[in-house]
Amino acid sequence: MGVGIEVRGLNAWYGKNQSLNSIDMTVLANHVTAVIGPSGCGKSTFIRCLNRMHETIPEARAEGSVQVGEMDVYGSGSDPVEVRRRIGMVFQKPNPFPTMSIYGNVAAGLKLNGFRNRKQMDELVERSLKLAALWEEVKDDLHKKSGASLSGGQQQRLCIARALAVEPEVLLMDEPASALDPISTSKIEELIFQLKQHYTVVIVTHNMQQAARVAEFTGFFLMGSLIEYDKTEKIFTTPADKRTEDYITGRFG
Amino acid sequence: MNPPEPPEQLQKPATAIPSMAQVSRERKPAASTVLQKIRTSHPRASRIPDAVFAVIILLSAISVFAIVVLVAWELIDKSRLSLHQFGIAFFYGHDWDPVEGSFGAVPFIYGTLVSSFLALLLAVPASIGVAVYITEMCPQRLRAIISFLVELLAAIPSVIYGLWGIFVLAPLLREYVEPFLARTLGWTGLFTGPMYGLGMLAAGIILAIMVVPVIASITREVMTAVPQNQREAVLALGATRWEMIRMGVLRNARIGIVGGIILGLGRALGETMAVTMVIGNRPEVAKSLFAPGYTMASVIANEFSEATGDLYLSALVEIGLALFLVTLIVNALARLLVWSITGGTARVRA
Repeated sequence: MGVGIEVRGLNAWYGKNQSLNSIDMTVLANHVTAVIGPSGCGKSTFIRCLNRMHETIPEARAEGSVQVGEMDVYGSGSDPVEVRRRIGMVFQKPNPFPTMSIYGNVAAGLKLNGFRNRKQMDELVERSLKLAALWEEVKDDLHKKSGASLSGGQQQRLCIARALAVEPEVLLMDEPASALDPISTSKIEELIFQLKQHYTVVIVTHNMQQAARVAEFTGFFLMGSLIEYDKTEKIFTTPADKRTEDYITGRFG
Repeated sequence: MNPPEPPEQLQKPATAIPSMAQVSRERKPAASTVLQKIRTSHPRASRIPDAVFAVIILLSAISVFAIVVLVAWELIDKSRLSLHQFGIAFFYGHDWDPVEGSFGAVPFIYGTLVSSFLALLLAVPASIGVAVYITEMCPQRLRAIISFLVELLAAIPSVIYGLWGIFVLAPLLREYVEPFLARTLGWTGLFTGPMYGLGMLAAGIILAIMVVPVIASITREVMTAVPQNQREAVLALGATRWEMIRMGVLRNARIGIVGGIILGLGRALGETMAVTMVIGNRPEVAKSLFAPGYTMASVIANEFSEATGDLYLSALVEIGLALFLVTLIVNALARLLVWSITGGTARVRA
C-alpha cells in the first residue's frame, strides 16, 4: 500500500539559483497527484527532491522537511540510498539498461537489494511486468531480448516495471509520456490509473489534458512556487488564482 | 497531398483551397528566379565533389589493406632463407644460437606474451581505477589536471622509461620487492631464483606503466560517453555509489573498455626500447618472473645491426613475421572475446 507525503518548507538550489521557494504540499496516499506548470517552473526539481535525486546533480542542494509515511527523507539519520529504495522513480526519457535482458532490467533493483532467490525473483519479475502491462508483449523474449530493443513506449513500461519490482511505497513519474506517441501515452495513462490501487503516484506533466485524465489532485507550479493545489476538477474548472487560470486557458506557458 | 491538378483547372476561378500551381503563380518572390537560374545552370555540378570525395576515401581505405599485405609479403620474402632452412620448426624451436646457425623463436614469443600479459594484469585494474576516479569521484577542478597528467605519461619517450627502469625500478625490485615476493609467494614457482632486478618482472612493470595512459584515457572517454540517464536509473533504484558505477557505468562501457585494453596490449606487444633495457635479454624460457627473458621486438632491435650471415638476418626477419602473426592472433582472440561477452549485440545507445 502507498503512503502519504508531507512536504513542509522545501527549498532547493542549483548552485546559487534558488529553484524552489518553501513548498508546502500534502500528497494523499493511494491517489494520483499531478504537478503541472510551464517549463523551468521547478516541477521536476520538486519531485526529484522527494527521493533525494536532486542532490545527485553537482552543486544542487535542498532543504526542508519531507515526510513519506514514517520516513523523514531529509532527517539527520536518513540515508539517500534507503530513501530511493522506498520511493521509485520513472524518468522522462525511457532509460532501460541496454546491456541487460528484459528480465535483467526488471530484476536489477532486486539484485541491488541483495535478492538471490531465483524462484521468488521470477515471480516478482512477472508480477511487475504484469502490473506495468508489458507481460503479454515480452513474456517470450524475457531473456532473449535486450531492454533497448523494445519500442519507446514498451521501454517506458519496462522502466515502470523496473521501478515497481522493488515494491516502493511511492512512485514518482517525471513526464513519463512526453517522449511517447499517443497510443503509448494512453497505455501509460491507463497504467497510472491502475497503479493507484497499490501506490501513491506523483506525476509531473506539461500536458494539462493528461493531468486532467489521470490525477485526482493537481498542483500548479510557477517560478519555483506552488501557486495552487486542489482537486483536479477545481483546478481545471474554477481555479482560485488568476495565474492558474491564465496558464490552463493557455494565456502563457 | 492532392495529386497535381490538370492544366484546364487552372482556368477555373479560385475556390476556397487554391491549388499549388495557383499559389506558385500568385506569389513570385524575387529570389525564385535567381534560384531557378542556379538550379538549371549546373544540373550536375554538385555531384563532382561527391565523386572525388568517394574516390579519395576509397583509396585511403584500400591503402590500409595494401600496407598490411605489403608488410606481410616483405616479411615473408626477406625471411625466405630461414623459412626454407627450419620450416615450421622455427616456431617451436627453443634454440637461439647464431654461432651454430640454429634458430628457434619460442623464447622470444614466450617473452613477448608473458611480459605483455603481466603488464595488462597490472595495468588494467589501475587504468580502470584512474578512469573511474576521473569521471565519477574527482572534484571538477582536478579532473582536467589529472587527465592531462595521465595523457602526459603516454608522451614520455620509451628510452626514458628504460633509463628509469635501470636506475630506479631495478634496484627497488632487487632490494625490496623481489625478496618480499620470494618469501611470500615463492611457493608458486613464479618468484624464485637469483634476484637481479632486471628481468621479466621489471619488463612487465615498465610495460604496465606505459600502457596505463592508453587504457585509462580510452576508458575515461567511454565512461564519459555513458548517458547520464543510465546513472540516474541505477541511483533511483536505491544503489550505492559503487553499485551505480558498476551497474550504470562500467557495464555500459565494457565494450569500449575492452577496446582500450586491446589497444594497450598492442602497444605492449610491440614496445621495444624500454623492454630491451630492462628485460635482461637472455633467450630462454624460465618459469620464474625474476629470470631474464627476451622479446621478439628486443631481439630484432639488439641483434639486427650485428647479424652476420644471411641466415641470421633472415631468422631475425622471421622473428618479425612471428611478431606480426602473434599480434594478429592476439587481436583476433580479443575481438572474439568481446563478441562472446556481448553475444554479438550492439553497443550503448544514447
